[in-house]
Amino acid sequence: MPLPLEEIKKLIKDSIPDASIEIKDLMGDNNHYAATIKSSKFNNLTKIEQHKLVYKSLKGKMGNELHALSITTEGK
Amino acid sequence: MEINEKIKNLINENDVCLFMKGTPDAPQCGFSMAVSNVLKHLNVNYKGIDVLKDENLRQEIKKYSDWPTIPQLYVKKEFIGGCDIIKEMFEKGELKKLLEEKKII
Repeated sequence: MPLPLEEIKKLIKDSIPDASIEIKDLMGDNNHYAATIKSSKFNNLTKIEQHKLVYKSLKGKMGNELHALSITTEGK
Repeated sequence: MEINEKIKNLINENDVCLFMKGTPDAPQCGFSMAVSNVLKHLNVNYKGIDVLKDENLRQEIKKYSDWPTIPQLYVKKEFIGGCDIIKEMFEKGELKKLLEEKKII
């Protein structure tokens, strides 16, 4: 079940309000994305913690509706 | 055996443990293949565990690690990350360093 790009952005933005988000739909199928997310919330967190914050913002969709989302995170 | 115990045993008994879709010789997903290739490239001797063979394991490892996706890499009982983190660490040379520090390579 594909998830539109704008909805992914909104979900992330809702729980990480200061996030700068860039998402690419890699295959134009609403199902394979790559996202780069920058937020001050990531400062001083490990990569695992940073990615967990993003996964949490997606409210269980990751690994279910959302099959493939590559994540790159950075503090700011 | 309880599934949680099975996961613990796998992690305890294998210094480098990769929960993946498919096997190291025949990965069934691009992300699992990417991590497998990185480990092979670094000449790491690792145990690949195919979660597609066991639906229960596939679901429980996600809870165990509090991580929603496969693959998942453990080194000396420590969760290192999924595909994105492993690729990033590899590109920055951090993975090699970590494996050397943990006396894997």
